[in-house]
Amino acid sequence: MPFQYDPQARYAKTHEWARLEGDLVVVGISDYAQDALSDVVFVELPAVGSVVSAGSAVAVVESVKAAEDVYSPVSGEVVAVNEKLIERPELVNASPYEEAWFFKVRPSDLGELDGLMDAAAYEAFLASQEH
Amino acid sequence: MAELRQTPLYERHVAMGGRMVPFAGYALPVQYPTGPMAEHHAVRQVAGLFDIDHMGQFRIVGRDAEVFLQYVQPRDIGQMQLWEGAYSFLCYADGTFVDDLFIYRLPDAWFIVVNAVNREKDLFWLDTLAVGFDCDIIDVSDPTCMLALQGPKAQSILQKLTDLDLNRVPFRTAAQAQVAGIETLIAATGYTGEYGYELFFPAEHAVAMWESLLEAGQDEGLLACGLAARDSLRFEACLPLYGHEISAAVDPVSARLAWVCDWDKGPWIGREAVLRIKLEGPKQVLVGLEMIEKGVPRERYPVAAGGKIIGHVTTGMKAPTLDRFLAMAYVPPDYSAVGTEVEVMIRDQPRKARVVPRPFYIPAYRR
Repeated sequence: MPFQYDPQARYAKTHEWARLEGDLVVVGISDYAQDALSDVVFVELPAVGSVVSAGSAVAVVESVKAAEDVYSPVSGEVVAVNEKLIERPELVNASPYEEAWFFKVRPSDLGELDGLMDAAAYEAFLASQEH
Repeated sequence: MAELRQTPLYERHVAMGGRMVPFAGYALPVQYPTGPMAEHHAVRQVAGLFDIDHMGQFRIVGRDAEVFLQYVQPRDIGQMQLWEGAYSFLCYADGTFVDDLFIYRLPDAWFIVVNAVNREKDLFWLDTLAVGFDCDIIDVSDPTCMLALQGPKAQSILQKLTDLDLNRVPFRTAAQAQVAGIETLIAATGYTGEYGYELFFPAEHAVAMWESLLEAGQDEGLLACGLAARDSLRFEACLPLYGHEISAAVDPVSARLAWVCDWDKGPWIGREAVLRIKLEGPKQVLVGLEMIEKGVPRERYPVAAGGKIIGHVTTGMKAPTLDRFLAMAYVPPDYSAVGTEVEVMIRDQPRKARVVPRPFYIPAYRR
C-alpha cells in the first residue's frame, strides 16, 4: 500500500515526523504509523512547558488495537500541544501530517534533525522493514 | 504465519485487503481496509458479514445423547423445542469454565458450537465423560463452514437468497434451507447484540456463499467485518469471550452467568461447586466500568481502590457506538455496586472510573 510522505519533514525509525517551522519543531506520526495503528481512539499529550529529550516517550496514541508511545525526535521544551486531538483523535488517521500534529518543541539542538531520515530515506526504511 | 490454519476464505480475505492476524491458531482478518470502526458501525446500522469458520461444531448423536448432554452442561435441554437454540457452558467439577457454547436441538442430533481455541480440549473432555453413555460426539468443524451475518438488515439480505420465509425463524431458533442454492443450517443468533444469523453449510461452498451474501447486501451497505469489530460489538453488548471474561480461573457466579443454570433438572458436572459459590458468594464478580478520567482501559490493566490492587480488566476499549471509555473487570463484591468509584491503572497511572450497569449496549433482541 502506498503511503503519503511530507517532503518537508524528517522521520524517526519509531515513525514520528519532525518539521522545522520557524524556530520550532512540530512533531506528529507518519502515515505509515497511523495506518498500522488503524482507527485512533485516544491521544495523550505532554504538558506544555515540559522538557523532553530526543528518543524519550512523551505522548501516547491509542487505537482500537493497541497503545503506542510517541517519542520526541528532538530535545527541548514543549511549547504547544494539539488539544484538538483530545476531542478528535480520528484526525490522526485522516490528516497525519497537517491537522494531527501532536506537539511543538523549542529545540535545544537543531543538529538532532540531521540524525533523522528524509522522506526518501524513510520510505526506503519502511520498504526494508517489510518481511 | 506458516503454521497457522486457514479457513476456506483465506484467499478471499487477502484479496479484499484483509489484515491477517493469528487468532486461535488460525490466520483471520482483524479488519479490512474499511477499518474496524466503519465495520462496527455497519453492523449496528446495516449489516456485517464475518468469517467465523474457526469456531468448532460437534454433533452429538445416539440413544443417550440427551441424557449425556444434560449431564455435561447446566441448562435443562429437555425443555428445548425442536430447532430451538440455547446458550450454555461446560464446567469442571470445581465449577470453573471448560468453555461456553451454543446448543441446537436438531431432528437428527444435538448440534453444539464451541470456541475455536477450545475445540480439541472440549472434544477430549466430552469424550472422556461419554464413557458409559450410548452416544457419539462427532467433530464436524472441518467439513462445516460457519459464517455470521449480523445487523438490522441481515434478514432482508438473507431473504434474497432463500425461499424459506425468515419470519418463520424467530430469534434463538434454527431452520434447514437452501441459501444461494447451498444446503444450509440457518440459526437466528449471533454475537454482536444485533439480530442476525449464523450459517452452517458444507465447507466446499464457502467462497460461493461468501460472495453471494456480499453481493446480496451490496445495495444495503453490507460490509465484510474482521475480528476487531466482532470484539467491539460483543463487548458493547457485554457478551463474554472465553480467555477474557470466562476461563478455567472463574466460575459462572463470578461471571454473572448463573442464570443459565437450571437447578432442578438433576445432576450436572460442576453443579455442587457452582451452587456452593452461589450460596456462599463469589470472591470476585464481573462488573462494567466507565472511565471518569479519560483513558483506554485495556485487558489485564489492574483495578485499584484505596491504593490497593483489587482486580483487573478483562476487556476494555472506547466503545464505538456509545463513544465512552468502558471496561469489563473483575472486582470483589464489595466494589461491585453501580456507582462505586475505583481506579484503573493505565500504564501505571491511576485513572478514576466508576461501576456502571451492564450491558453497555442493550441488544436489539432484548429491547
